[in-house]
Amino acid sequence: MLRNINIGQYIARDSIIHKLDARIKIIITILMITALFFIDSFKGYFLFLLAVLFIIYLSQISFMRIIRGLRPVLFLVLLTLILHIFFTRGGEVIWQWRFITIEKNGLITGLFMVSRILLLIMFTSLLTLTTSPLQLTDGIESLLRPLKRFGIPASELAMMMTIALRFIPTLLEEADKIMKAQMARGADFESGNIIRRSKNLIPLLVPLFISAFRRADDLALAMESRCYHGGEGRTKLHELKVKTQDFIALFISILFSILVSFF
Amino acid sequence: MALIEIKGVDFTYNELETPALANINLSIEAGEFIAIIGGNGSGKSTLAKLLNVLLLPGSGKVLVDGMDTADEKYKLKIRQKVGMVFQNPDNQLVAARVEDDIAFGPENLGIPGPEIRKRVDQALELVGMAGFHDYPPHELSGGQKQRIAIAGIIAMEPDCIVLDEPTAMLDPKGRKEVMDTIHFLNKEKGITIIHITHFMEETIGADRIFVMHNGAIYKEGTPEEIFHSISDIKRLGLDVTVVVELAERLKKEGFNLPDVLTISELVDCLC
Amino acid sequence: MLIELKNVTHVYEHERGTRVLKNVNLEIRENEFIGLIGHTGSGKSTLAQILNGLIKPSEGNVIIDGIDITKEKVNLQRIRQKIGLVFQYPEHQLFEETVYKDIAFGPGNLELDPEDIEIRVREALELVGLNYEEFKNRSPFNLSGGQQRKVAIAGVLAMKPEVLILDEPTAGLDPQGRRQLMGLLETLYKKEGITVILISHRMEEIARLSTRVIVLCEGKVQFDDSPEKVFAEVEAIKKLSLGLPEITEILHCIKERGFDVRTDIFTIDGAVKEIVSKLRRKDIC
Repeated sequence: MLRNINIGQYIARDSIIHKLDARIKIIITILMITALFFIDSFKGYFLFLLAVLFIIYLSQISFMRIIRGLRPVLFLVLLTLILHIFFTRGGEVIWQWRFITIEKNGLITGLFMVSRILLLIMFTSLLTLTTSPLQLTDGIESLLRPLKRFGIPASELAMMMTIALRFIPTLLEEADKIMKAQMARGADFESGNIIRRSKNLIPLLVPLFISAFRRADDLALAMESRCYHGGEGRTKLHELKVKTQDFIALFISILFSILVSFF
Repeated sequence: MALIEIKGVDFTYNELETPALANINLSIEAGEFIAIIGGNGSGKSTLAKLLNVLLLPGSGKVLVDGMDTADEKYKLKIRQKVGMVFQNPDNQLVAARVEDDIAFGPENLGIPGPEIRKRVDQALELVGMAGFHDYPPHELSGGQKQRIAIAGIIAMEPDCIVLDEPTAMLDPKGRKEVMDTIHFLNKEKGITIIHITHFMEETIGADRIFVMHNGAIYKEGTPEEIFHSISDIKRLGLDVTVVVELAERLKKEGFNLPDVLTISELVDCLC
Repeated sequence: MLIELKNVTHVYEHERGTRVLKNVNLEIRENEFIGLIGHTGSGKSTLAQILNGLIKPSEGNVIIDGIDITKEKVNLQRIRQKIGLVFQYPEHQLFEETVYKDIAFGPGNLELDPEDIEIRVREALELVGLNYEEFKNRSPFNLSGGQQRKVAIAGVLAMKPEVLILDEPTAGLDPQGRRQLMGLLETLYKKEGITVILISHRMEEIARLSTRVIVLCEGKVQFDDSPEKVFAEVEAIKKLSLGLPEITEILHCIKERGFDVRTDIFTIDGAVKEIVSKLRRKDIC
């Protein structure tokens, strides 16, 4: 039932993209997304699309998988397009019917916005598809570390993410079990209107919260007994190392983003 | 000097309640295998937490390798020396991948990465789980999770491991895995083991058994001595093993039997 | 006949790989005490959930009280009322503010009158050995572990099931708690006439009360017979890494040494008698 939910969307492959350092991938993603907002020509978007397709090819992830990732935002994309087409004014009139007019600027801005959203999602999902949640956590921690002096608790944040990743499957399994146990006592989780249904969730949610708190208590004790005392003086089993190919990838993407911004 | 020394320790969780521990005195030598048994609420878990500085005694002293647990400056050192494994296998693994979990303790101690790598591999080997580096904990069986928890302690190179009912939630196979592992670590690596349980049969290979009742040490002795005080054990609501009970009954019927603990000992003597 | 499984096959996903329940045929009758054993992953818990309609098997028929529940449009609530299921660590399902409300949850779902519900809650609490007046208004979360488990079981008993399935009901309890729970099962079976299906890893518990033992292995029914017959299959049982009740094992060891003792005995009293009568005249040690 609940067990089928996947955490993250990571797909393990043995590709160049998968092997890149997580930090570099995060930086490149930020860089490329920024560049995306400076593009203001179809040529630029087309070039960017080519780059994305090339990376998808290198990552050995099926193109259809990426397309599927776009489905949830389809509505948003269509809405953006329609709003721009009908309400953004300027430029020559392309089409007119009674009080509805479509002007050139509206169509172009609409298409730009749509390309932007789609490319943005394609690029970020490439990051999460090729980087495991654990690597992402390590990467984010490492990138945030310099911000420690401004009071951002980077290693504690990373620890929280790690624990979340560790416990989500456990809690899902538990939710499944409690749900079945209550169903065995005649509980009904499937019928009724929305108010009734959410009320019916109480026998599931209360035990789940209690269990989560109990686990948190136990875990805190176990962590303390294993000498956890915050991020201070902690070393790492996996020290992230930036390799030559990481520098090359970074260099290429800097060049590309500058280039593409001028289109 | 004994590895662990407890002198006149009292402990009360809440001013109004009866004390969880009252006037505990005991000492444990390095390399011993100690079993502590007692029913629920006998104070065994409280005692365990005192050894690892998770709790501090209300009065009296707990010394680990001569270090007073009440002294803040020894806290981490003591926790490194005395590792702790808890009852619920799910609630003590921190990381989403086995090797990261085992590395957790050494990382907290500030051990350099390459050294941690070595320790993780060795620890996995010692608990018989080599090759499980990349597994997420939720794909392991209960017995395997407990062994990973033990490996996480071993990687901190402790002198002593305290296990607080590590087998209570496991199936017979998991229980056997855990028991075999801790006996192996005790014999081959000389690690002191303090095993807390309410399964009488798990105390069989121990050097000494402490029986706890109502926050006090009710009895102390070798398994032979403890097992054959059947009426005492039963009065505390604990179980005597079938072998011991059968042997006692046969003695009453006129059989001339020595104190036996295992099935093979009993059968050897009978046949 | 209470429950009948015909050629039940079920394929399901588990964290540790795909598992299968293969072609299970079972009949569960009134007034049985069934011990269901098998190592972890043999399909016991899945079978338990099929027996009360929580899981619909991929193939085969489950007939409860003459109704095939694998067919469409069956009132599963009624089925689940008849076949009570106590999960592992049932105390984890407690959620109400008071013991009374929690136990009343099941009867409430059956839409009974408040008076009937009160009678059921009282009966269920007394049955598990907790005083109604003393416990009804207490919060279930302030009880001891053993008491919480009893309340959770009372929550299932208040549904007045004809069959009660319990998945490892003694797991995690201390010896005293285990003894009390086994005593409760004995009462339910002998005094209340409930058919009990007990899943346990402890062969002593299985041997003590069961009139019938079902052994599952890799999703198949390996044995389905009286405990005497099942535990006589020493080699097969050991190969499934299940173990025998300790008493039986001792008697088997004695038999292997060439003494003609009976091995279908599960109590210490019986074993003492048997050993005394067969070994008395021999020189001992």
